[in-house]
Amino acid sequence: MTTAKQSEPSEIELLLPWYAAGTLDARESQQVEAALASDPELAARYAWVHAELEQETHVSEAAGEPSARDVKTLFAKIDALPAQKSRTSIDLGARIAEFLTALSPRTLAWSAMAAALAIVLQAGFLAGFVLKEKSPGGFETASAPANVSGEGSYVLLRFQPQVTAADVANFLETNKLSIVGGPSTGGLYRVRVAPTKLAKADVMRIVNTLQDNKVVGFIAVTE
Amino acid sequence: MPTTSDEVLIGRIAKGDRLAMEEIYGRYRVPVYRFVLRMVRNPTIAEDLNSDVFLDVWRQAGTFEGRSAVSTWIFSIARFKALNALQRRPTEELNETADAIEDQADDPEVALAKKDKAAVLRACLLKLSAEHREIVNLVYYQHKSVEDVAGIVGIPEATVKTRMFYARKKLSELLTEQGIERGWP
Repeated sequence: MTTAKQSEPSEIELLLPWYAAGTLDARESQQVEAALASDPELAARYAWVHAELEQETHVSEAAGEPSARDVKTLFAKIDALPAQKSRTSIDLGARIAEFLTALSPRTLAWSAMAAALAIVLQAGFLAGFVLKEKSPGGFETASAPANVSGEGSYVLLRFQPQVTAADVANFLETNKLSIVGGPSTGGLYRVRVAPTKLAKADVMRIVNTLQDNKVVGFIAVTE
Repeated sequence: MPTTSDEVLIGRIAKGDRLAMEEIYGRYRVPVYRFVLRMVRNPTIAEDLNSDVFLDVWRQAGTFEGRSAVSTWIFSIARFKALNALQRRPTEELNETADAIEDQADDPEVALAKKDKAAVLRACLLKLSAEHREIVNLVYYQHKSVEDVAGIVGIPEATVKTRMFYARKKLSELLTEQGIERGWP
């Protein structure tokens, strides 16, 4: 075996483990197959790759499975957590903190200003959409709506992250929609699509129409 | 009956759906446990980490953006937990049961005396470094593509290939030490 060959394995040789595991795409698989057919030395080395895969599988499966204690521990921990809504808030905060700590001080300063402005703007415009729907004597926050289960037909909707206030306003006005609650877990808003209770098939038709709109990230029927 | 996709289940978990959580847990608890165990080499610690991994899945489902496959996301959480454990715990504690695991396969010398090359190979696989155990398990046992491994480990695809190559090279050296010369690598 020459040292020149040893220092630079060919691309085909690098792919042998994935070929053995069956995780190459069709084109790469064909390239490896052709190389193995024409190069007996490579084929001999591939036999070792296959042996490695078999023994790694043996070692991993000999490790057994987690005990029943594992599932009990998991769901006990889940039960000990606060409600889903607050978890999302905590996770969002953690993600923002993680993102900000990765930035340089100068970038951080600009980003913090921009983020603060974006949060204020988004909260402002979406709260405005919610509050506009309330009776003159009533008041509720965007994140904790009062009873919205009266007459009407509703969907759960998440906007695409890059949409602007103007996009949302135009979308709501054009389609005669009203945000009546949210955001809940996953940034979902409760949106009224009709002032009366429609048949589910009719609401589905509305959903199918709206889901093609560029501002919509996710939409589903809700009661 | 069609199987619900991982992505749909994660969306339901984000809304607090325990049944969806149980489904995801059922799909991944064993492969994730075996991956973590190969990293930390201590079943008790691996079990604790396993439940921590799925607790994070429950807590972070709302932040999953679908930029990678759900399995890639879950394995990257598992990897992070395992690496943290390796840094946090004394080596002796982590290796406490590793010895017991290795006993399942004979010591390389004993296996060689029995002329059992497969057993020698298993023993050498267990002696790889954490970095090499990780990639060998992801490729050979978890059947992760180059792209998947790059996503889980957080390295470029070219590095994935060369890291796997060097893991195999190290394996070859360990085999040579046991008197098995298999050529390159």
